[in-house]
Amino acid sequence: MRFSGFRVLSEALKGHSGWKPLWRNPDPQPFYDYVIVGGGGHGLATAYYLAKTFRQSRIAVLEKGWLGSGNVGRNTTVIRSNYLLPGNGPFYEFSLKLWEGLEQELNFNSMVSQRGVIYLFHSDWQRDAYRRRANSMALAGADARLLSREDLKAMLPFLNYDNARFPIHGGFMQPRAGTARHDAVAWGYARGADLYGVDLIQNCEVTGFRIVDGNIRGVETSRGFIGANKVGVAVAGSSSRVMAMAGMRLPIESHVLQAFVTEGLKPIIPCVIMFGAGHFYISQSDKGGLVFCGEIDGYNSYAQRGNLPMVEDVCEGAMAVMPMIGRVRLLRQWGGVMDMSMDGSPIIDRTGIEGLYFNGGWCVGGFKATPASGHAFAHLLATDTPHETARAYRLDRFARGYLIDESGAGAQPNLQ
Amino acid sequence: MLIPHPVLGLRDAREFAYLGDARLIDRPDPSAPDAEAAFCDYVYLRDNPAGAHRELWFHEHGDHSWLVVTRNTITHEILGAELAHDVALARKRSVK
Ligand SMILES: Cc1cc2nc3c(=O)[nH]c(=O)nc-3n(C[C@H](O)[C@H](O)[C@H](O)COP(=O)(O)OP(=O)(O)OC[C@H]3O[C@@H](n4cnc5c(N)ncnc54)[C@H](O)[C@@H]3O)c2cc1C
Repeated sequence: MRFSGFRVLSEALKGHSGWKPLWRNPDPQPFYDYVIVGGGGHGLATAYYLAKTFRQSRIAVLEKGWLGSGNVGRNTTVIRSNYLLPGNGPFYEFSLKLWEGLEQELNFNSMVSQRGVIYLFHSDWQRDAYRRRANSMALAGADARLLSREDLKAMLPFLNYDNARFPIHGGFMQPRAGTARHDAVAWGYARGADLYGVDLIQNCEVTGFRIVDGNIRGVETSRGFIGANKVGVAVAGSSSRVMAMAGMRLPIESHVLQAFVTEGLKPIIPCVIMFGAGHFYISQSDKGGLVFCGEIDGYNSYAQRGNLPMVEDVCEGAMAVMPMIGRVRLLRQWGGVMDMSMDGSPIIDRTGIEGLYFNGGWCVGGFKATPASGHAFAHLLATDTPHETARAYRLDRFARGYLIDESGAGAQPNLQ
Repeated sequence: MLIPHPVLGLRDAREFAYLGDARLIDRPDPSAPDAEAAFCDYVYLRDNPAGAHRELWFHEHGDHSWLVVTRNTITHEILGAELAHDVALARKRSVK
């Protein structure tokens, strides 16, 4: 079933009686060439590219809940490639390029909107740091602009420019960055994978790995044993729990990040705005709700819900930079469990167990990575070599001292 | 979250800074033959359990003591708190 404007029109005339479910709901087969654990954005994208680009067959995605019930359906949908370090820049730019063609690729409306992302700066050193970041982005082939205070005032007249403590001196913008509809990304990849014959198996929790003489033979699940030649794990916040079943300890802590949505308003916020002096960033959804978020709560958590101090902190950030939204009512608030790594950067690598591969450590920023992560993980699974943009994301980089520490926070995941 | 400080009673978690897994008390011996590998594990690897977790909190806006807090990472329920000093002494370790 292909989607098109014509199809929508003809369905409207037929009372929408012709739409079919987007994917099958198969029972697990006893054996697959590839089993992907985790039906979030990364797992689904991996299965899609594995089937489509690398033409591998007999693939299953095992998801303990329903597809997209994890962070891919809980994030604030920002996509961008404004990274500083060489290990990250080309990877995220590769991802942004994939986003730019995603809807055509998947024949599915993932509502990619390149409305621009602006980071505000409030001091000279912050401006210098952004100038440096803009230069390093240019090296990775990405786009960046520095905006003066006057430029900003023309674009975002409602900001609090003269806050006594954090006056706004200007901004750093990536015009090609923006947002995408998170659920639709999961659904689009799921549908695409299903069309290539991937079995998407929901309500199927992986409870153990069958490992014989250091080789993977398959996974134990809540729906019985499933054999596999290769197993790729992409379970985000559950990374440590799942890999512990293979006897591994990871450079990861799980932390909760909260997000907030307000009642719907007329369009007022044209892009994504990041406050440079506190824990707050905001955009406006196409339905009109203001979507905003801050930092992780700061202590290990698997609760998928946060606590009030961070709610207060985020709202204080909002009031400092954008007092006009002080009267808007919050509609919803929720949390997701982040796989915070020890340098703030992800891991896409083989493990010490032959045939077992790991994708994780996405911290608070893995949504934007979904297309590239799926592509790179599929490349690794199919060819046993890292994708050229993901070579730095090795598991042993911590032991070798090749950390990719964008924020310079060190081995302190709650500060990454 | 309220942390039952062994000396000061119930205190708001906002008064504290968080460090993480209480195993960080057990610093490896830098002169041991396997010190390099041991320090790599010590600095970078974590158990990260879902459930009871023993972790270090520093009473930054209070008496500047380090606590070992036992907390359930699934429910955020706090199950107990001890002075890290006492925990270390009980393991017959010297603390500065
Ligand atoms: C509030 C919030 C805001 C965010 N904002 C942004 C943002 O603006 N931009 C950005 O780039 N990133 C953002 N992120 C981060 C981003 O959402 C994540 O990094 C990314 O979604 C993680 O990858 P995933 O989609 O594969 O994870 P998930 O969707 O969590 O997928 C993992 C899946 O694995 C499944 N699973 C776990 N254990 C098992 C098991 N044993 N067996 C089978 N299945 C299992 C889970 O049920 C889950 O569905 C945000 C996250 C949150 C919570």
